[in-house]
Amino acid sequence: MQYTLIALVEDKPGVLNRVASLFRRRNFNIESLAVGRTEKTGVSRMTIVTNCENDIDAHKIEANLYKLVNVIDVQDVTRQPSVTRDLALIKVKATPEQRSEINNLAAIFRARIVDVAPDSVIVEATGTEDKIEGMVELLRPIGIMEMVRTGQVAMTRGEHSGIRRNPGANGNGWHPEEYASAGAD
Amino acid sequence: MKKTGAEILWECVVREGVEVVFGYPGGANMPIYDAMLSYPVHHVLVRHEQGAAHMADGYARASGKVGMAMATSGPGATNLVTGIATAMMDSSPIVCITGQVHAHLIGGDAFQETDVTGITLPITKHNYLVTHADEIAEVVAEAFYIARSGRPGPVLIDICKNAQIEVVEFSYPEEVKLPGYQPPSHAPKADLKQALELIRKARRPVVLAGQGILMSGAEEVTQQFAVKTNTPVAMTLLGLGAFPASHELSLGMMGMHGEAHSNLAIQNADLLLAFGMRFDDRVTGTLNTYAPGAKIIHIDIDPSEIHKNVKVDVPLVGDLKTVLTDLLPMLDEYDHPEWMQQIGEWKAEGDARSIMSWPEDGKLHVSHLVHALWEATGGGAIVTTDVGQHQMWTAQYYFLEKPKRWLSSGGAGTMGFGLPSAIGAWLANNNEEVWTVVGDGGFQMTQAELATAVQEGANVKIAIMNNNFLGMVRQWQEFFFEKRYSAVNMPTPDFVKIAEAHGIPGRLVTSPDEVQEAIAFARATPGPVLLEFRVVQEEAVYPMVPAGAALDEMLRRPVRAQAEKE
Repeated sequence: MQYTLIALVEDKPGVLNRVASLFRRRNFNIESLAVGRTEKTGVSRMTIVTNCENDIDAHKIEANLYKLVNVIDVQDVTRQPSVTRDLALIKVKATPEQRSEINNLAAIFRARIVDVAPDSVIVEATGTEDKIEGMVELLRPIGIMEMVRTGQVAMTRGEHSGIRRNPGANGNGWHPEEYASAGAD
Repeated sequence: MKKTGAEILWECVVREGVEVVFGYPGGANMPIYDAMLSYPVHHVLVRHEQGAAHMADGYARASGKVGMAMATSGPGATNLVTGIATAMMDSSPIVCITGQVHAHLIGGDAFQETDVTGITLPITKHNYLVTHADEIAEVVAEAFYIARSGRPGPVLIDICKNAQIEVVEFSYPEEVKLPGYQPPSHAPKADLKQALELIRKARRPVVLAGQGILMSGAEEVTQQFAVKTNTPVAMTLLGLGAFPASHELSLGMMGMHGEAHSNLAIQNADLLLAFGMRFDDRVTGTLNTYAPGAKIIHIDIDPSEIHKNVKVDVPLVGDLKTVLTDLLPMLDEYDHPEWMQQIGEWKAEGDARSIMSWPEDGKLHVSHLVHALWEATGGGAIVTTDVGQHQMWTAQYYFLEKPKRWLSSGGAGTMGFGLPSAIGAWLANNNEEVWTVVGDGGFQMTQAELATAVQEGANVKIAIMNNNFLGMVRQWQEFFFEKRYSAVNMPTPDFVKIAEAHGIPGRLVTSPDEVQEAIAFARATPGPVLLEFRVVQEEAVYPMVPAGAALDEMLRRPVRAQAEKE
């Protein structure tokens, strides 16, 4: 099953390498990894999509991420109400006669043509992974020349947040009142 | 106050309580070595950087303080790698400072440039590349804090040469700010209640005592727990010393070469209480049949250890001493007479097979030698080992009553650990008796440190168990490769002469009647002494759980009456 994890990390050199190295070292499998800046300076956000057999394996990944000193917070948003998006740029072989067909297809998927060349067009599509897969299948017979995708990014809806299975992560999953004595040293 | 980066390093390191540094100078750390002369630290010049890392590790394990090692860039730094990996596997707090080429040369394959932070990334708890002097104070404070807190481990700081030379304003960071690093302390109350319920229901409980007890300083509270709940305690290799060997609830060591009654108790338990241990394959045997009837409570400070190898029923993530201190007043007293009787029977059966009960045959057996050493030292010495048969025999027969006196490379299984770690342990505890028990193979890997022992006047006694074999590999070839010996027969040099060449008194011991006198000679002679024992060449460590077998499917030494018949 696919799990989607969000990790907030310190924006320092080598942090991406630490995360990637961890996945290699522990033999975890990354489906996609998207990194970018956040609303806070000095904090980057990673959306990691990974294949795990069960929650225990997902816990292992979270716990190992949490162990990295530069990782501030890890949440599992797999089963939480959330918005996930993937962005694709698809260069399709297109004679001038085919452009309208491609344009119609794109419209159905709320995608748009962002570049037109004499014998090709670039389609930009945003959406869930499924939606983009669907569109790619329809464009394939026409002739896909190149494709690039960002990988998924995810955000929970409203006041929902992801599941934090580890203590101490950003102080968020850490509810002192539930602990034997408050004011952990 | 303006200072050079190198001075700032020493200002901070001294404030962290460092008194001894193990290292080796070179082109890329010369400013650090120059600045060192003005600071109150004792530098131990090693003969190979691997020795420096093992000495820092031995220093840390014996003292509970952070050990510090230094090396120059390139080969100096890569020579540390085996020692760092050893410290990582055994959660030993060391800080390694390596020199790096000028920041502007990085990436250009400059002379002695190696990507040291890249190489050590998976074998350190954390590492740093410092390119400017103004980063040093903060990084050093963080490094020592990370090394010793939570689950301890090695931290490496790679400092560019320009950062060592630059002059900047120095102010000591009074607190460390690490938003992503908050080691847990207490475990949730709800989880404690679940644990209490399992403890209440248990009829055949066993405590699995790991090195986490020593790291957390939980020896006393572990004993209180065991006594209050009448629970026997089995120890991992690195957990030895966490619970007194002579205690009636002690089961001794568990695992591949653990006591048979200890493994049988685990396999027949209905509750395992794992205290700061990680279910390594050497203590579980095959996981498919591990402790089939047992519920498991796992207390560990590292959440990534939970469910890693064995799925547990109640994880208690927190500092072991804190968690047990929280748990203890909630506990009722229990008694498990039938369980203790059953274990007693298994133990009696094991004693009948013990090599200690075999008659004297005029040959030197390592187990007998370790026993003689234990008797002579009253069980009170700090003992370090290399890796292999002698390590297992020492673990089995040097019965430890106190913590932090058993230094052995467990997780990494690093040959060559014995001598340097003993020197490190002695530098941490000048007044203690320190012995290293090594094999002829492992000793030769780091025997260059004999010169360091002499230079430091280290009161370290070396007992080489020479069987002219790489004994453990030989044993595996005997058992599992139809005795086809491949690259295990090892001609050895005259170790006594090697000792003498270093100015170290040495003795060769070939018969049992010389043993006591030789040990007495070593103990009475100040400074390093080397004893070479020519031991039985082909002897196997028993019991043995073959790789991939269940924990109770042990190869056992035949009982004495049977053996005599054959």
